[in-house]
Amino acid sequence: MTNRPRTSPSGFGELPGLMALMTGDEKHGPAATSTLDSLWVLYDRVLRVTPETAEAQDRDRFLLSKGHGPMAYYAVLAAKGFLDPAVLPSFGAYDSPLGHHPDRLLIPGVEISSGSLGHGLPLAVGTALGLRAQGLHDPAVWVLVGDAEFDEGSNHEAVAFAGAYGLDRLHALVIDNSSATHGWHGGIAARFAAEGWSAETVDGRDHEALYRAFTTEHPDRPRVVVARVESKNS
Amino acid sequence: MDTMRDRFIDITSGLLDEDPRLAVVLADISAAGFQKAAERHPDRLINVGIREQLLIGAAAGLAFTGMRPIAHTFASFLVERPFEQVKLDLGHQGVGAVLVSAAGSYDWPAGGRTHMAPGDVALLDTLADWTVHVPGHPDEAEQLLRHAVADGDRKVYVRLSAHQNEQAVRVEPGRFTVVRQGSRGAVVAVGPMLDAVLAATENLDVTVLYAATVRPFDGAALRAATERRADVVLVEPYLAGTSANEAHEALADRPHRVLALGVPRAEHRQYGSIPEHLAAYGLDAHGLRERIGAFLW
Repeated sequence: MTNRPRTSPSGFGELPGLMALMTGDEKHGPAATSTLDSLWVLYDRVLRVTPETAEAQDRDRFLLSKGHGPMAYYAVLAAKGFLDPAVLPSFGAYDSPLGHHPDRLLIPGVEISSGSLGHGLPLAVGTALGLRAQGLHDPAVWVLVGDAEFDEGSNHEAVAFAGAYGLDRLHALVIDNSSATHGWHGGIAARFAAEGWSAETVDGRDHEALYRAFTTEHPDRPRVVVARVESKNS
Repeated sequence: MDTMRDRFIDITSGLLDEDPRLAVVLADISAAGFQKAAERHPDRLINVGIREQLLIGAAAGLAFTGMRPIAHTFASFLVERPFEQVKLDLGHQGVGAVLVSAAGSYDWPAGGRTHMAPGDVALLDTLADWTVHVPGHPDEAEQLLRHAVADGDRKVYVRLSAHQNEQAVRVEPGRFTVVRQGSRGAVVAVGPMLDAVLAATENLDVTVLYAATVRPFDGAALRAATERRADVVLVEPYLAGTSANEAHEALADRPHRVLALGVPRAEHRQYGSIPEHLAAYGLDAHGLRERIGAFLW
């Protein structure tokens, strides 16, 4: 394994430089940068997980469901010491741990392998159920979904169930860059709210707004934060 | 006699009391039978409603946290409908689960094609490292279920059916059992097909092997049974030919013949009963006798 943890964590300002080390998936460039601010705020200020606790049973879990354009994710993992920045230039190479979609068996701290859309929310539901069944009521489970990914019906199975079940340790982060082909009339947050979720839509580039939305209390119900960013096609 | 599905509900309810790592995920099917277990273990008996993609995804998520999940519904909705979840959420994520199906190929013929999944085992054959148990009796179902739950974090499919044999066979998980010795080839009877195979081969000089586990396929037992004559008949309660490749692989170094019998691929657009369907597929004792006799003599 070449991805040794770094010793000194980096700041947000270093992320563009880290992302620039990864080439070959420019098609998914907009998908990558849309998540950058939300990922940073989560890993920097919200998630209780470090490279040292990446296997701890009581860690917070972050599941990247929208695996397309993982450059921002890899950059944040590198900045936070989960990943050696020296492996970033190998992005997509035959024996690199860093694929154009992440693989949980190849990268420490990556909770799920993704790429096919619509798998993360059901996996997050099961993770939250598993923690609850073991009496672990503290760890939070976060899953990042894209607005176009939300087209997949499997998400809607998970949203309806989690709301009805009151899975209060489950958190969805929807990155909305208006890339869904038919859009979401009335907004995505309304879909979650209708199923009983605590829901809020914020500016996905505003770190303080994101932080407040991520840390808002939501007793007895799951929480969704829809982070709106500039349109993919703008 | 109880059914395999009754036994599954009984045994699994008891295992929930004993094993804190076990969790059961349902998609409405069999929820009534698990009612009492759900009251005792509300956090480990989870009914997600009629949501089969979530059924598999949630089972995999439970496995992420160290639980041993069982996911259960009819075979059509457990393997076929959420097949990509089976492929990715379990296989690609590198976690295990026990999938327990009911209704299989032809259990509810009056229900028609929507509730028939003769291709389930063939579909799992496109994936790596699945154990597939096909019990032929509730006692075997119990034994194989207990084995599956305790089988580490492996991916195990247990295929339960309303079609069953009169008596249980003493089986060893993963091994074929020699039920009858003969010299003119071997007939492999899978799960519920045993009674009909025994009746069909009553006066034939053939070895009858019984398979309640088909993956891994016990190629060594097949080789041993075909030393004198390498002619094999497979009789499977799902898609005909599903195990043909396994038989060919086991006998690859010697000239051999394989006749693969099972449920035909073409949709059989008739309702009726299990015996009527078995007869129509040529899988009753009479149909088997004709085809096995013609092939081995």
